[in-house]
Amino acid sequence: MPEELYEIETDVPSNTVEEFLRMDRMPHIWCPGCGIGTTVNCFAHALETSDLNLEKVAVVSGIGCTGRVAGYVNLDSFHTTHGRAIPFATGLKLANPELKVVVYSGDGDLTAIGGNHFIHACRRNLDMTVILINNFIYGMTGGQVAPTTPMTATASTTPYGNFEQPFNLPYLAESCGAVYVARWTAFHVRHISKAIKEAMAKKGFSFIEILAPCPTLYSRRNKLGDGLDQMVYYQENSEIKHGADTKTVGIDFQSKIIVGKFVDVERPTYLDAMNDYYQKRLGDKYIPYKG
Amino acid sequence: MKADPKGVLTGAHFIDGDHACCEGAIAAGCRFVAGYPITPSTEVVERIAERFPLIGGIFIQMEDEIASSIAIQGAVWGGKKAMTVTSGPGFSLMMEHIGYAAMTETPCVFVDVQRAGPSTGLPTQPAQGDMMQARWGSHGDYSIIALSPNSPQECFDLTIKAFNLAERYRVPVMFMMDECVGHMTERVIIPPADQINVFERDFYKGPKEEFLPYHTNGKLIPPMVKAGDGYNIHVTGLTHDERGYPNITVATQEKLIPRLINKIKMNADTIADYREDQVEGADIVVVTYGITSRTAIPAIEQARKEGLKVGHLRLIVVWPFPEKLIREIASEASAFVVPELNQGQIVYEVERCAAGKVPVELVPHVGGTVHNPKDIYNAIMKMKG
Repeated sequence: MPEELYEIETDVPSNTVEEFLRMDRMPHIWCPGCGIGTTVNCFAHALETSDLNLEKVAVVSGIGCTGRVAGYVNLDSFHTTHGRAIPFATGLKLANPELKVVVYSGDGDLTAIGGNHFIHACRRNLDMTVILINNFIYGMTGGQVAPTTPMTATASTTPYGNFEQPFNLPYLAESCGAVYVARWTAFHVRHISKAIKEAMAKKGFSFIEILAPCPTLYSRRNKLGDGLDQMVYYQENSEIKHGADTKTVGIDFQSKIIVGKFVDVERPTYLDAMNDYYQKRLGDKYIPYKG
Repeated sequence: MKADPKGVLTGAHFIDGDHACCEGAIAAGCRFVAGYPITPSTEVVERIAERFPLIGGIFIQMEDEIASSIAIQGAVWGGKKAMTVTSGPGFSLMMEHIGYAAMTETPCVFVDVQRAGPSTGLPTQPAQGDMMQARWGSHGDYSIIALSPNSPQECFDLTIKAFNLAERYRVPVMFMMDECVGHMTERVIIPPADQINVFERDFYKGPKEEFLPYHTNGKLIPPMVKAGDGYNIHVTGLTHDERGYPNITVATQEKLIPRLINKIKMNADTIADYREDQVEGADIVVVTYGITSRTAIPAIEQARKEGLKVGHLRLIVVWPFPEKLIREIASEASAFVVPELNQGQIVYEVERCAAGKVPVELVPHVGGTVHNPKDIYNAIMKMKG
């Protein structure tokens, strides 16, 4: 192979997302073909094209592969404990309501060990955006079954296939009170950026589920090829259905995937509800909470 | 700094320890509390829930104690002083986040109104069974500070102290009450705000571009910043370097963990707080903390009446344990008596520091009530030799 193929072109302009990333922490830990980095790229693009004051944007992650996102974004960022990104974010947001708080974590982290916090944050309509990367398994620990693993799929702790019914996450979020609910896959990069921008502009609990390939531990074990094969699967089997009834968007093994913006409604946020209610109830005695 | 007068109810009150703890937190500048109901601690948050809307604070009843113990840490990084309040089973659930606070150096206060365990145990009755858990309950090596009040007045005074220590040393502080102190009603004097000393968080003031979140400048405690101030901080429970970046190496672990321990260990003499009553020249020294310090008094007085030289050492700061002091006493006195509302916890620390020089007699109690002073008296008499 000719040597010049390996020469680095130094005059290539740097990628515009770099300013949103901690480039001094590259390379990242994610595997080749993993979809998490793709979604971070989309997140960075969303920040780039938004008019948010980035000093006031904070990212909170739990533990796991997606939990590492907090460590790579060049923002105030918190890598918390397993499952507890949402309650940490709750404290952060309530302490300083000026902040735009984004929780960025995985399916196991947010809906298994963190499931209780997830449903209560939806119910309270806390003003935060939750970006959940769903790779169908626990990646960091070696591919164990998750509450999102499709039935019959093989995981390291379901060697004969999974017989538990997984969560339908958009339905869960909507029924618990989220005001914005969308689902995309790592194939839908422009849709993801747009959804993140929309969600961050939305007051209240906004939730985006993004399906992302885990070639190392999900695809390989289920003989689904590599990351690219999963992208082809997303491309060929995704159906955009904005406003779809979330009851109908559950995912089976290698099934059709309904994507789109399912929910976009208005409801007072936790802090607005608190301030309005106390003002009515306590009158002048109440000191409106401003952080 | 002096306390913000807005929250301070200056005057004489007749309130219980739980309510006094709430007032202490307010005086200390706490404006974020997350909690979950559990007897016998609930009255603290009930009063907080009533008081905070009137003084610009925010209380949230979380979905469980795990959530409460991490929500307060989010609030601290958002700039607030924060605490959570619980009792035995809830305290057990909070352990992981005590470790997170220690590792990330997040100043916060954990109030544990102790009840008898293990498990659900005796929910409405006192014990001191969580003293070792307070020190060692989270996994790995770290250090904390723990205080033990013996009256509603001290629940007020020492809650302020707990916040001040948390802020000064950037460490989680355990406020180890018990059901008896929590539910005991007594006179509590709340001084004017300008007589209450409050330690304000040490925020970084240098040039932004030189800021490293865990750079201590040769000291043991780095200054803090908060989210939203443009420092792009990264905070992680992973082993981290001065930039706050994860660095999973022995070298980084070796730099970080000893500092987390040393910032308490090297300041142990400054943090130490205890009361001595005729300890100098005593033959037998009774070592107590919390409510047990009060049940020991009739026993000590009776023994003194009978001509014994009995000293009373009451620990207010239990952790870090006053090793030096106990060693010194061990070389003067002839025995220790340690009454505890448990089957023996702090007694092991006394034994460790006495190092076989003098005998140490535990007066155990399963909890559910306080000691009969007679049992403490009998132990003193047993040790008179």
